Amino acid sequence: MTTGDETTAGVNTGDTLLYLDGVTVTFDGFRALNALSLVLEKGEMRAMVGPNGAGKTTMMDVITGKTRPDEGKVVFGKDIDLTSMDEPSIAALGIGRKFQKPTVFEPLTVWDNVLLALAGDRSPRFSLFARQSADEKVRVESILETTRLTDHRWRRAADLSHGQKQWLEIGMLLAQDPQLLLVDEPVAGMTDAETEQTAHLLREINKSHSVVVVEHDMAFVRALGVKVTVLHEGSVLSEGSLDFVSEDPKVIEVYLGR
Amino acid sequence: MVRIFLLLFLSFVTFAAPARADDSLAGFASGDYAQTQQAVEALAQSGNPRAVDILSALQASKLYYLPDQTLVIKGEDGGYANALTGEPVKVETSDDDDDAGPKEVRVNNNVRSAIEAALGGLQLFDSNPAKRLAAAGAVFTAHNPVAIPALDKALEKEADPSVKRLMQQARAAAVLSSDDATQETKLSAVETLRVRGDIEARSLLGALAGQQGPVGDAAAAAVSSIDFNLQIWSFAQSIYYGLSLGSVLLLAAAGLAITFGVMGVINMAHGEMVMLGAYTTFVVQQLMRAYLPGIYGANLIFAIPAAFLVTAVIGIAIERSLIRWLYGRPLETLLATWGLSLMLQQVVRSLFGPNNRDVDTPWWMSGATQVGGLTLTWNRFYIIIFAGIVVAALMAALRYTSLGLRMRAVTQNRRMAAAMGIRTPWIDALTFGLGSGVAGMAGVALSQIDNVSPNLGQSYIIDSFMVVVFGGVGNLWGTTIGALTLGIVNKFLEPFAGAVLGKIVVLVLLILFVQRNPRGMFPLKGRAVEA
Amino acid sequence: MKLGTSGYLTVALVMGVAIVLAVLNQMTPATSPLHVPTYVVALAGKYLCFAMLALAVDLVWGFAGILSLGHAAFFALGGYAMGMYLMRQIGTRGVYGNPMLPDFMVFLGWKELPWYWYGFNWFPFAMLMVVVVPGLLAAVFGWLAFRSRVTGVYLSIITQALTYALLLAFFRNDMGFGGNNGMTDFKDILGFNVQADSTRSALLVISALFLCLQFLVARFVVDSRFGKILVAVRDTESRTRFLGYRPESYKLVVWVLSAVMAAIGGALYVPQVGIINPSEFAPGNSIEAVIWVAVGGRGTLVGAIIGAVLVNFGKTWFTGALPELWLYALGAMFIFVTLFLPRGVMGLFQRRSRREAEADAPAAAAAQEVTG
Repeated sequence: MTTGDETTAGVNTGDTLLYLDGVTVTFDGFRALNALSLVLEKGEMRAMVGPNGAGKTTMMDVITGKTRPDEGKVVFGKDIDLTSMDEPSIAALGIGRKFQKPTVFEPLTVWDNVLLALAGDRSPRFSLFARQSADEKVRVESILETTRLTDHRWRRAADLSHGQKQWLEIGMLLAQDPQLLLVDEPVAGMTDAETEQTAHLLREINKSHSVVVVEHDMAFVRALGVKVTVLHEGSVLSEGSLDFVSEDPKVIEVYLGR
Repeated sequence: MVRIFLLLFLSFVTFAAPARADDSLAGFASGDYAQTQQAVEALAQSGNPRAVDILSALQASKLYYLPDQTLVIKGEDGGYANALTGEPVKVETSDDDDDAGPKEVRVNNNVRSAIEAALGGLQLFDSNPAKRLAAAGAVFTAHNPVAIPALDKALEKEADPSVKRLMQQARAAAVLSSDDATQETKLSAVETLRVRGDIEARSLLGALAGQQGPVGDAAAAAVSSIDFNLQIWSFAQSIYYGLSLGSVLLLAAAGLAITFGVMGVINMAHGEMVMLGAYTTFVVQQLMRAYLPGIYGANLIFAIPAAFLVTAVIGIAIERSLIRWLYGRPLETLLATWGLSLMLQQVVRSLFGPNNRDVDTPWWMSGATQVGGLTLTWNRFYIIIFAGIVVAALMAALRYTSLGLRMRAVTQNRRMAAAMGIRTPWIDALTFGLGSGVAGMAGVALSQIDNVSPNLGQSYIIDSFMVVVFGGVGNLWGTTIGALTLGIVNKFLEPFAGAVLGKIVVLVLLILFVQRNPRGMFPLKGRAVEA
Repeated sequence: MKLGTSGYLTVALVMGVAIVLAVLNQMTPATSPLHVPTYVVALAGKYLCFAMLALAVDLVWGFAGILSLGHAAFFALGGYAMGMYLMRQIGTRGVYGNPMLPDFMVFLGWKELPWYWYGFNWFPFAMLMVVVVPGLLAAVFGWLAFRSRVTGVYLSIITQALTYALLLAFFRNDMGFGGNNGMTDFKDILGFNVQADSTRSALLVISALFLCLQFLVARFVVDSRFGKILVAVRDTESRTRFLGYRPESYKLVVWVLSAVMAAIGGALYVPQVGIINPSEFAPGNSIEAVIWVAVGGRGTLVGAIIGAVLVNFGKTWFTGALPELWLYALGAMFIFVTLFLPRGVMGLFQRRSRREAEADAPAAAAAQEVTG
């Protein structure tokens, strides 16, 4: 087991999927990220926890190209610099993202939502004349199966329940088939049963994808059973197993101290 | 005996002085331009009390001569009067013989400029300083060397410093046009004109600048110095015009900065609020003329609060009845308020007619003043001041009053504000009323410089939106700087591109600017932008 | 492509009415009670051109969320391109009888045809320009705007500024487009007299054809996967980006297509009304086109056509019967539709048909599975 303090020392080995080094983001003087450094291995699932304003969502914004860091490096795979790319290019590299608030295409059917997310040509010219192929049909069906939405496929996404929308969004992530999934609070607003199913689903996904999960729900994090990174005021406070970090005095001070 | 003869001769000479004036008048009847010109100059120096009348008549093409060489002046009624005595003359005209009737004394450009110089010279001795000043100006424009003796005489007596200065400049101009002045006098004349430093002095000096010798060199140096000064003044003038246009834009946009910038409401009827403010001014003036003629000069002082109240109340009514149903749907708000603007225009058209209404400009706002090379028109000047006061008051209201605090609270976090007991619907209505009221006050100002017609608002709405977007939405400082920048850029483009093309260029630049910086010059940053 | 009942009905109605009006105008004597006067034919043709503009607005506003307050600019540009062709056709029949120069240029004392007028005497070139000029303008404008992520009301305001700038520009005499007066007194088009009844009837039928064609193209676009992505972009633009789509290229494609559609409408409009002048660029015109769409029902295509015809019919009637009240009526319509009829006239029909559609959902699903 490693402790958080040395993670930045990790060299960029061939197995590293994502590597953040000294990333700083400032909004009008407020440091949302403060020299954040993080290494994610290929095939790893990582849970990110931290109080509100710790910088979890901003970190995802930086990785997906929505926000440009003032300083620092974000490297994907061997040597791809993400800081100079925009959102669609980063998505095309194989980084998918699920938002904190479920964001699906409400006027479209569940089927169409997944269909549009399927990996493939994203150009307007292709989409103008595209017809749904047999292969696409099989893939959409299997994803709907995984996310238990098969019965709802012809409903408009707007008509789904909150939990179903969360699942649909995860399904869309799967359809994208990215190397890395960034999942922001997937179980917010879910029932206990749904939470458990989601944890199970994420573990399934992790068999073939790397995953970063941001979550407040400690029971859920425990259910995932993966390495945990605690963020505080824009940098890593502690890192390790859930048991390790929850006994870390620094973490205890931040969560309970003040 | 010899003595007697001498006496007789002398008396003849003294008697001959007026007679000589008569002789010189013969030149007018010669039909020859050169002789006419000499006659003008001779008459000017003769001291003849009728000289001004005769020369004025000549200038107005009313001087005629009869076959017997008598000079007559044609009156308004078509009759003639003797030019020297002013007594009516009976003139016989005959259709068969052209030579029998009176003939007009004809002038060419040389004669005309001699007349101007002569008239100027004659009026230099008028008892009224304003007349003397005008005469000196006329002499300066004519810059005929003939006027030098008269100017010298006038300068000796002149006590008024500003008239004296202009006479000196006129003399310098005349000296430079004379062929027999010494080099020193010419050099000092060049210096006098250089100090005057305006476009007329420049053109006089410019004519000399090509000459060889010290005078030409001095003139060339003076021209470049004047050019530099003129450029600075014209730069300052452009800034003033730009500030003036900018403050008009600012007034029109300040209300929008509240409704659009702070509340996020796209009010396409904003221009109509401005228009209603202008019509309120008209109504206030009518009422005051009827009931309070004694303090009519202060009508704008009354119109400002009246326009604010009228438009604020209408604004609140609009917010309560229409806009509150459309919060969070900016594009629908845009359409509905556009419809409203059409209706308001039609209401005003039905009430006041489709034509422009005359709104008076009070005496203290008409005219202009000269500061160095800068012309400041009073109405524009007051509008700049007024715009400054309005924006300052608006900023203070938002920052320091409890209403302002509530407004900011509601815009920043509506639910939290509501939870703390702020009655958000009323704050919305009051904010919208405030923005509309400011637009109404802008209408008072615009009534002074623009046509008050039902379409008044239409011409400002696009500009106003551009200003608010350019400055950065939700930022009064940005709106201010945006409006003034746009005004100044517009005025600096005008000399090169013309008014219309200048405006097009500004619009295109703005479109490009907004596309590069979608959130304006001073954007809000951070998470708030997403919300 | 599945057109659906409303689609077939629209095409049939537009073509049917146009043909009936044209035939009744041509085939019946003026004394017959069935005779349709030429001014009605011209009026109908005008409505159809406005319907093309409305269709164009609906395509960008209804499906891509771009509220253009400057679409009349593309309409007018198409009209000007057609106007230039018609001006060149006048030849020596102008007041000044100059074979090369249009009257207004002779009047301004110009000696030569400006370079940008070359080729406009040739019909195919002029028709190419009808499409190319507005298309290029839209492409440049759209590329700049969408790339820098200008959206919502900001975009609306700069589209309005665009048409306003063009309005000011076309008012200038030295632009070479006839200034304030624009272009008028057209004589013939492709050798046919523009004023003739038969030409008017033919133009009406051609307008109907183009409207139907545009409707079919628009339907094809919105029903394709492209159309679904467009709707996704409209509602959740950032989400599409994280899925790897480039919203700016989607918007650009539909924006240029829409501009071209509006321009074709403008080109057909000019020979039927016989004049084109800068007032067509007035911002108010563009906003009026938006209200046609809102009245008919945004995002339905059919609604755009219905709205354009309904509102313009109302305008013709009002300005004839109660000219004072027209602006009140138009203004009230803006307010009423946005407050009480957000889905327009089509919404009234759809409320019922949706209930039916939901009952049919499993069947539709099965159908799609078969085609899929």
